[in-house]
Amino acid sequence: MLTSDSCLSLHKHGSSMASDSNSSESQRIAQQRLRIIAGHLQKHKDDDSGTIATECKAEANKGTVPRKRQEIMKWNGWGYSDSKFLFNKKGQAEFTGKRYRLSGMVLPSLQDWFENTFGASVNHKSPATPALNASAVPPASLNEAFVEDLKATGIPFSHEAEDRVFRAHGHCLHEIFALREGKKFERVPDMVVWPNCHNDVVKIVELACKHNVCLIPYGGGTSVTSALECPPEETRCIVSLDTSQMNRILWIDEKNLVAHVEAGIIGQDLERLLNESGYCTGHEPDSMEFSSLGGWVATRASGMKKNVYGNIEDLVIHIKVVTPRGVIEKSCQGPRMSTGPDIHHFILGSEGTLGVVTEVTMKIRPIPEYQKYGSVVFPNFEAGVACLREVAKQRCAPASIRLMDNEQFQFGHALKPQVSSIFTNFVEGLKKFYITKFKGFDPHQLVVATLLFEGDRERVLQHEKQVYDIAATFGGLAAGEDNGQRGYILTFVIAYLRDLGMDYYVVAESFETSVPWDRVLDLCRNVKERINRECKERGVQFQPLTSCRVTQTYDAGACVYFYFAFNYRGLADPVHTYERVEHAAREEILANGGSLSHHHGVGKLRKEWMKESISSLGVGMLQSVKDYVDPDNIFGNRNLL
Amino acid sequence: MSFLGHRSLMYKQGSSHSQDPMLKRDGFEDILEERRNSSDLKYALRCYAPVLYKGVTPCKANMLKNIVLQSDQLHYVINQVSQESGEAPDIIQEEASVILEEMAHRLQISTVRFFAFALSKAFKTLFQHVCVNEEGIQRLQQAIQEHPVVLLPSHRSYMDFLLMSYILYTYDLALPVIAAGMDFMGMKFVGEMLRMSGAFFIRRSFGGDKLYWAVFSEYVKTMLRNGFAPIEFFLEGTRSRTCKSLTPKLGLLNIVIEPFFKGEVFDVNLVPVSISYERILEESLYARELLGVPKPKESTSGLLKARRILSEDYGSIHVYFGQPVSVRSLAQGKVNRSTYNLFPRHIPRKPMEETQSFVNDTAYRIVRLQEDNMVLKPWVLMASLLLQNLEGLELSVLTEQTVWLRGLALSYAAFLDWPDHAPTAKVVSSSLALHRGLACVSGGRVSLVVGEPLGPVTPEEALFNRAVSVLSCASYRNQVLHVFLRPAMLAVAMHTAASSKKNEVYNCFSFLWDMFSNDFILCPGDIDFEEACYLLVKTGAVQMPQQDIVMTDIGQPTLSFFNGLLEPFLQGYQVVCRYLCEEASEGLTEKQYIPAVRSFAVKLILAGAFTSLSEMF
Repeated sequence: MLTSDSCLSLHKHGSSMASDSNSSESQRIAQQRLRIIAGHLQKHKDDDSGTIATECKAEANKGTVPRKRQEIMKWNGWGYSDSKFLFNKKGQAEFTGKRYRLSGMVLPSLQDWFENTFGASVNHKSPATPALNASAVPPASLNEAFVEDLKATGIPFSHEAEDRVFRAHGHCLHEIFALREGKKFERVPDMVVWPNCHNDVVKIVELACKHNVCLIPYGGGTSVTSALECPPEETRCIVSLDTSQMNRILWIDEKNLVAHVEAGIIGQDLERLLNESGYCTGHEPDSMEFSSLGGWVATRASGMKKNVYGNIEDLVIHIKVVTPRGVIEKSCQGPRMSTGPDIHHFILGSEGTLGVVTEVTMKIRPIPEYQKYGSVVFPNFEAGVACLREVAKQRCAPASIRLMDNEQFQFGHALKPQVSSIFTNFVEGLKKFYITKFKGFDPHQLVVATLLFEGDRERVLQHEKQVYDIAATFGGLAAGEDNGQRGYILTFVIAYLRDLGMDYYVVAESFETSVPWDRVLDLCRNVKERINRECKERGVQFQPLTSCRVTQTYDAGACVYFYFAFNYRGLADPVHTYERVEHAAREEILANGGSLSHHHGVGKLRKEWMKESISSLGVGMLQSVKDYVDPDNIFGNRNLL
Repeated sequence: MSFLGHRSLMYKQGSSHSQDPMLKRDGFEDILEERRNSSDLKYALRCYAPVLYKGVTPCKANMLKNIVLQSDQLHYVINQVSQESGEAPDIIQEEASVILEEMAHRLQISTVRFFAFALSKAFKTLFQHVCVNEEGIQRLQQAIQEHPVVLLPSHRSYMDFLLMSYILYTYDLALPVIAAGMDFMGMKFVGEMLRMSGAFFIRRSFGGDKLYWAVFSEYVKTMLRNGFAPIEFFLEGTRSRTCKSLTPKLGLLNIVIEPFFKGEVFDVNLVPVSISYERILEESLYARELLGVPKPKESTSGLLKARRILSEDYGSIHVYFGQPVSVRSLAQGKVNRSTYNLFPRHIPRKPMEETQSFVNDTAYRIVRLQEDNMVLKPWVLMASLLLQNLEGLELSVLTEQTVWLRGLALSYAAFLDWPDHAPTAKVVSSSLALHRGLACVSGGRVSLVVGEPLGPVTPEEALFNRAVSVLSCASYRNQVLHVFLRPAMLAVAMHTAASSKKNEVYNCFSFLWDMFSNDFILCPGDIDFEEACYLLVKTGAVQMPQQDIVMTDIGQPTLSFFNGLLEPFLQGYQVVCRYLCEEASEGLTEKQYIPAVRSFAVKLILAGAFTSLSEMF
């Protein structure tokens, strides 16, 4: 369940979490708090926008992510070390830490939901190995000549086990599961380097070519496609190239509304820094808290608010990439060009196989004046999909519109914090009565669409009315801002929740696809059914949770996002079982007209279907680019092809 | 010819047929027993609340029609037809609506209850037992809840679909909607009754009529996708007049499988149903029909005249509901569903080659599954023997040979309903008693009964009467053919082959396979040959040292019985070939062909050229 759809942004903490009118106020407070949290990591505030600062500064580190990621992040789970779900002594769920809106809150219904949904029990724990066992890590096999030359450049590097292991994985279930179980690693990077700027990267790539060293670019580490896994057959020294210190906004051009940014910057820092100048990119993949700009480019990422701002390929104006053959870039920043196939599209989605994205010029927008959440309840999934289709047809989709199925709706409800006032309780009860009894919605059928509007106040309200009017024609009832917001909370805490599940014998993962409108319902039904059957056939003892949401709309189709989780007690090899089921689910997706991936990418997890997806000729075309750009396979992560 | 080497291996993989020693069949319950002990009226009026597919709410016939008329699929074709013909779409839409009106069922529970009552009475008079495998019913009930179900019964009698609905009603299962030929519509009152008990009517041929096809296929698919009711049709297309399974028709099967390929349903379950009659109501009617006496037109008055049959004993019926076959599992690895991704699903398209051959294989597989679970009575063995001895047999010899044949049939896993603990003589004599219209014992000899016409007869008339009785008898022998067919073809191949070399025998077998592929249900690939070898070796009739296939010391009776079994079929082809070589004129039309061959055969037989009569189509 990790990935781009999976985490939370501190930015959201400011603007999205606290909705509408007082958003700028709470945003300010949140930003302040954030600065305190990351205070010791920040040397000083950099120059304001507009200043050009291209030369490397060795200590230029004002980002959230330190070189030693393990200092603030979990080594074997999602997110910050101080933030996690747990069941307290009373058996109630709590979210620790202070970073998030749910932090420090008690979630009274989560335990019931958890136990009933999975047949799990808070008394059956499956705890993780507490610390990394250095003996389980293969020793670094260094290319001494490379190390010598690297030392001469002054670029920082490390071959400590913790650093290497942290960069040996993304957030696939099997990767996290193995870390938790303390399994022996087959192959991890032999060293980690932290370039500070484009020129550092140029030097590293030159040295790698000179000494035949394998480079694997590492951005935010939120991959869910086994893209960061080291190929076990790789015999050369593997160097993980961590871009996290290349995190500056180099300049902002307010005339053209573009910003030139180092590609290692992570989403939350990019938004925070732009916000300071009154701008945003509007690119908010659910992983934006940790994922990096370079990673978005390399995987063709998609953001929650793409309806207003576009996906990464729409946002990018210029890309600079260091490859073994040299640096690729364009000569100008024209908004559109007819100069043969767009070379950006060789880079977008190349998944680290061609080179390292070092700098990106991307569009920026003024921060919207007004934001409003909303939600609509539909009697069933079919009605909801029909409504989203109509919204897409009329091209009036709000910044975000998502349709959660009944399972996810209930899941969202399980995350309701304790309500202090009797009155709130009473109102909730009344709402429920109205929807289920008065309107006759079946609580086990109803679904909810969550909405996020952005823009100037008047237009947001107008837009809101238009969408609610359409919804009404499909039997939808407006269900308030609160329900809407809760839907978005779910998507950013879900990855933290997976860690909680794994503490109690529950494994979980998410996957996504895109599919033409007319096949959405069939695909959702068939994939869920396939998962249920495969689980049964593979000896899963408990009913799995299969849930989906239509998470993006397009003119010609939609992006569908699945959650899949089950209680693995009684299974000898739960990860293997999980992988077989996911494999079957992907086959089912392809057979039902879905794509191999909408935004997660291919990595090594889905390579086997590339030929089927883009034809062998298509694979050949990509291969020939790879062969030209990187004949010695220096960028040898073996993703994609 | 590598397959020759690992014959048994291939056999195991490639076939789920009767010869599987592990094959387990369910036991039967007689549903008439309860009818004989309790009130039919009460039974007809009892509470009927079947479980439905994933709990869908039943759909009124009118709502169903609306869904069909408003479907994208139909609209597309309406616009297409309108553009081609220049007629306004409204008019075509109206036409479609008329077609649908003519086609659609109007299932009404009151009519079903009427049939439940009337059929209870009729069945009790006509039949001793109506036996059903209850485990099959349970499997069906399960399947109906999980997936859209298609019931595929064998088709030997008009009774079949009434019987099916009757059984499903009895077990409180969802009543099927049944594809019926338009012929029934001719029976004014009865046609409407059938419609109200779930039949929908399709024209026998509508080859080029796009609109008709669109309405029809959308109607069937709508019922299937929504799981409103199981769909029932006869793969064989029409009643088999010979009791041989007919080669399957693929049109409807294509229609019901397509929603799976298009992802509109998760799976479709095909349930083969084998309905075996100890005596078929239409027995002598069929023989005459085959000999060129036109089939009586379906009419209500005809039905009333047929009441006569109510006074006879037709033995028992066995209905076996086979294991539901999942189309999804069958198609695994054979059809790539993603090939449907690049074309809008509402636009009708000719199925791809891959799909066509899958549907064809599936159809054959289902018919073979039907055959496998057909219950055989001792009489079919006796009929097979009698037909090889048209001049008659000593009763004792017949008894002895029947016992021998029983052993052979059982070792080939025939589904034989041989009475437990009854002495063989008793079994033989009671079989003869039930079929006294076909065979008689006089002076210790058993021979076929030939109808005695009144007054003087021409040799042709005498021959006709003889042919009627031979053909009637053949319809029983045909019931056992699927058990013996493959080894019999091998026996003939061994007999014809120039040497005992495996290759040569195989080539002869292949020739027969090609020739008979319209007569019998043969499977593509080499499965049939593998199976034939396996069975003959298993029963000790044949040995296969190295590259040879040779008869064993004890193989003679088996092989000669098999040769005799297929002889009439071979002779049939010989007659046709001779006719085509010797007599056929240039402008022979299809219409003239069958009567011409028939009279040619009569000539030959009267001239004493042939001894056997049973394969004159």
